[in-house]
Order: sequence, then C-alpha cells, then structure tokens
Amino acid sequence: MTHVSITNLSKTYPGAVAPSLDKLSLEIPSGELTALLGPSGCGKTTTMKMIAGLLEPSSGDVTFDGRSILRYKPENRGVVMVFQNYLLFPYMSVAENVGFGLRMRKVPKAQIAERVARMLALVRLPDLGARKPSELSGGQQQRVALARALIVEPKVLLLDEPLSNLDAHLRLEMRDLIRGLQKQLGITTIFVTHDQEEAVVLADRVALILDGQLRQYDPADHFYKRPVSEAVARFFGGQNFVRGRSEDGKFQSILGALTLPDGVAHGDGTLTFRPEAIRIGAAPVNVLSAVVTDRLYMGTQTRLRLRVGETELEAVFSPDLVEGIAAGQTIQINLPPQCLWVMT
Amino acid sequence: MQREPLAIRSIQMISGIVLIVWLVLPLIPLAIWSFARGWRFPALLPQAWSLTAWDYTLSDTAGVLDSLWLTIWIAVCATVLSILIGVPAGRALGLYKFRGKGLVELIILAPVIVPGIAVALGIHSVFIGMGLTNTVTGVVLVHLIPTLPYMTLVMAGIFANYDPAFEQQARSLGASPLRTFWHVTLPAIMPGIIVGGLFAFLVSWSQYVLTLLIGGGRVVTLPLLLFNFVSSGRNDITGAIAMIYILPGILILILTAKQLSGRSGAVGGFGRV
Repeated sequence: MTHVSITNLSKTYPGAVAPSLDKLSLEIPSGELTALLGPSGCGKTTTMKMIAGLLEPSSGDVTFDGRSILRYKPENRGVVMVFQNYLLFPYMSVAENVGFGLRMRKVPKAQIAERVARMLALVRLPDLGARKPSELSGGQQQRVALARALIVEPKVLLLDEPLSNLDAHLRLEMRDLIRGLQKQLGITTIFVTHDQEEAVVLADRVALILDGQLRQYDPADHFYKRPVSEAVARFFGGQNFVRGRSEDGKFQSILGALTLPDGVAHGDGTLTFRPEAIRIGAAPVNVLSAVVTDRLYMGTQTRLRLRVGETELEAVFSPDLVEGIAAGQTIQINLPPQCLWVMT
Repeated sequence: MQREPLAIRSIQMISGIVLIVWLVLPLIPLAIWSFARGWRFPALLPQAWSLTAWDYTLSDTAGVLDSLWLTIWIAVCATVLSILIGVPAGRALGLYKFRGKGLVELIILAPVIVPGIAVALGIHSVFIGMGLTNTVTGVVLVHLIPTLPYMTLVMAGIFANYDPAFEQQARSLGASPLRTFWHVTLPAIMPGIIVGGLFAFLVSWSQYVLTLLIGGGRVVTLPLLLFNFVSSGRNDITGAIAMIYILPGILILILTAKQLSGRSGAVGGFGRV
C-alpha cells in the first residue's frame, strides 16, 4: 500500500512556450484507483511518464509514502506503466512476456514459471502461455500486459487509456477485471484517459486536467452534480448554464426565482443542472413553460432543445416519455431543487 | 496461393533466365579453366583435365590461403566496425529529427555517389601522415568508406519501423539500460544487423582500388592476388582463385535470399506487430 503525493509537478518541453503541465498537486490515497482525465495534449500522459521515471520533470516532486522517488531510475521505482498499445514483446511468448519483469529481477526460473501460471490464471488466460502476442485478440493482449505489470508487484501501477482500444462489450468486462484485481491486490493505481465515461466507470476518484492545470479532483459523481466551473461541467456534457444571484434559498435570474436546495451560499453565480435533471409536467416548485425547438432521437434517449424566454436549455429523456412531443410545441417542465447547483 | 496470370509468369521466367545468363554463365568458363590442362580456341572443352591449378592454389607456396585469411580478417573487421558505427547512426537517422539531418544523410551517402578513388586519393595523403598506408589497419579503415553507408542506411530503415516505447516499457518493468538493449532492442534490429553486416562483408570482400591504394601492394587481398594471376596469363590458377573468391557471395546470397525477397523483408523493427 503506497500513498502517492504529487506536489507542484510541472513540465515544460524544451522550446515550448507554455508548460505542458503546470504545477499539478494531487494526493492519491493508498490503494485507490485514480483517473487523470483530460483532452488529448492536456499533460496527463506527461504526468504519467514523470511518475514512471521515463521523463524528467521541470520542477516539483513526486513522493511515495513521503519519500521522493525522482532520483530513482525507472527500473528501481517500483512503478510499472502499461502503455495504451500494450507493447507486448513480439518475439517472446505470452509466458515470457509475463515473466519478463521477474527475469530482470533474477528470480529463479522455476519460481518464474509458477508465478506466471498463477498470474495468467488471475487474468483468466490460463492456457495461452505458449502463444505469441500476435495470435491474441486485443482484449487478450491487454490482459497479458496487465499480468506482466502486476507480476512484479509494483507499489504503483500506471495505466495509459486502459479501455480505449477495446470494443464496447469488452470494456465492461475489462473494467470489472481491472477493478477486481486492483482491489484484491490493493495496488495504488493511476490511469489516464480522455474519455469521461472510462474515468467514471473505472475510478474511485477523478482528477480533471484542462490546459495543463488541475480543475477538479473528486469522486466521479461530483463532476455531474457539483462541478466547480462551467468548463468542468461542459467537459462532462453539461449544457445548461444560467447566470444570476443566489439569495435566501432562491436563485434570481432570467428564468425567474428558482428554489435552491438547502445550504447554497449567497452571492452571484452560475446555475447549472444536468440535461437529464429536467422533468416534464407540474411540480410544487420551479415550474417553467418551454417551447420545444428541436428534438433528436438517439436510440436509448431523446434530446430536446428547449427555449424558456430567451434561454436555451438542453434536456434528455427516455424516448417513450416524450414520444408525443413534437418540435414547436409548448410544454411544462420543472427543475427539482436537489438537481440544481450554483457555481461561484 | 493463387496462380499469377500467364503474362506475369512469362515475364518472371524470362527475367529469371536473363539473370542466370548474366550472373552464372560468365563463371562457367572460369570453373572449367580451373580443372583444365591446355584449352585452345576453338575447342569447346579442354583437351585434358588436371587438378594442378587447385593443387597449387591450395598449397602454402602460392600464398592464396594466406591471402584468403587476410581478406576474411579485413572484411570481418570492417563489418564489425560498420555495425558498431552504423547501428547508432542508423538509430539517429531513423528515429529522431534534428537540425542538419539532411546534410548528415548526404554526407553518409556521398561515398556511394562520389567515385571511391577520388575519396581514397584524399584519404591516402592523410593516411601517409598518420602512418596508416601499407597497413592492414589502414585498409580496414578505408573499407569503411563503402561499407558504412550500406550499414547505416539499412539500420535507418530498420529504426524507422521501430517503436522506442518498447524500451521504455522494458525499463518500467525493471530492466536496466544494458539489459533493455540486449533483450528488447537487439532482437528487434537483428534482421537489419545481419543483412547490413553481410552486405558490408561482401562490399569489403570485393574492394580492389581502395585496398591497392592504401595497402600499397603490401596488403594483398584475394582480389589483388587474383588480378596478379590474370595479368600473368595463368588462366587455370585464375579460375581456381576466382572460384574461392565468389564463394562467400554465393553463400550469403543463399543465406539472405529469404530476407531479401518480399514478406519477411529486411524490415525488422516492431513495425508490423
């Protein structure tokens, strides 16, 4: 169990004007699965490589249980990184790939064979040891890559976009496997992804990095219910933003006075609510009259574009709920107070 | 495998025949000569056969065997040096972008473009000053002029297909830089080293002008010896030495035929995993 602490970690590549990563600070509790989430080029893979020792930070520090690891070479850090394209050594068998790390640590051959067999069983590939990586499917290659990393019992495991190369049906299976193994072995794990869905389904906590800076670091559901800024909310698919002022439990804005949940502080701010938070029909509070300007059927859901006065809103419903509603129609909607969130 | 259309097959057959005529036919008279005793025009075959030429060629007095070992030694040295320099140089050219890369490529190619004798004449005067003329060391060094470009270009091609992330992966799994090279880099670039090395060997093996110029007639490799016998008019001995001389070329051709023809290709790297 290793507690990872990242302090003011920065990286500016030679010749670059702006830093790729700007003073990132994160505390990653021991045994947790943390996602570094951000668009491509936001500095997340850079962060990963600096933790793995494959890249020199410009400034800042990374510590494991309070001890700085920056002076250790990658092979002595106790960190293993699993790359996005798995990088299985093509001329070695699956078993040789999995045993590579132990061989480098000069573990006796018999012991390697035994541990490789155990590890292959753990990732549910018990009979494929003799195969070459090119004979495996993408999902199998990923599991071999995972086994090859886990067998050396790293203090910290780094995963680069672990689910993004997989088909939809494999993703959930792999997600369960990764989470299961990670909890079973208790290895502090950090993974990077550009896909918010991947981050949400896999991670205990998500660190959102935009433009080289940490924007929010919270359990996944907070990014939907309590985003800290409009940029964060938008990254997670938030569409509805209304500027106004919070006073005495009400939000005063162009939409009128909306009842807020308890405990919202006074002051100017931006009201936000998820597209899926909007309800159709009457309610005791926060009822609005909206014109449907557009509808988009998306299979499992239907998106409606609504106009309330001058304000455009985006709503998502289960398709059968809005079957009879056509563009141009005026409908009654309500916003449950517990779904409202004010960002200041 | 699907059969190719007739037109393509006949073109393949014709070019195969042309190639054989071109490469193999000139060697037949030499082979016959090495076993002939007297072979006068216009007879189709020698009047009498004998093993005298081979006897002489393989005897200690002829110096052919000494010359053979010397040629092998020089070619091996030139090949090893080419590998030691060509692999890192090819890596730089194949993997990295840097200022002046175009110029470096041009300079590496220059010995192939500029006539070797022009380069060698310049080097000759430098080597005199350094005391390297008339020495085996000097000959080995001058052989690098034609061998190094081959090696470097083959390795640049290999590294262009190579993903250095494999090395990072190995480091991350606990391999030191040296073991990473041994277990990960080397197996990936081995096909290139073998093909490039064999070619470097052959190029050094067949050097005449550079050896003559720098060796000053003291370093007598097989091609020099061969030329001596050609000019002395001993066709039978010339034939026997020529047979020995072409042997490595044929062996290497057989060894590398698979590498050079199509699928496995002299590509290596991790490019097509």
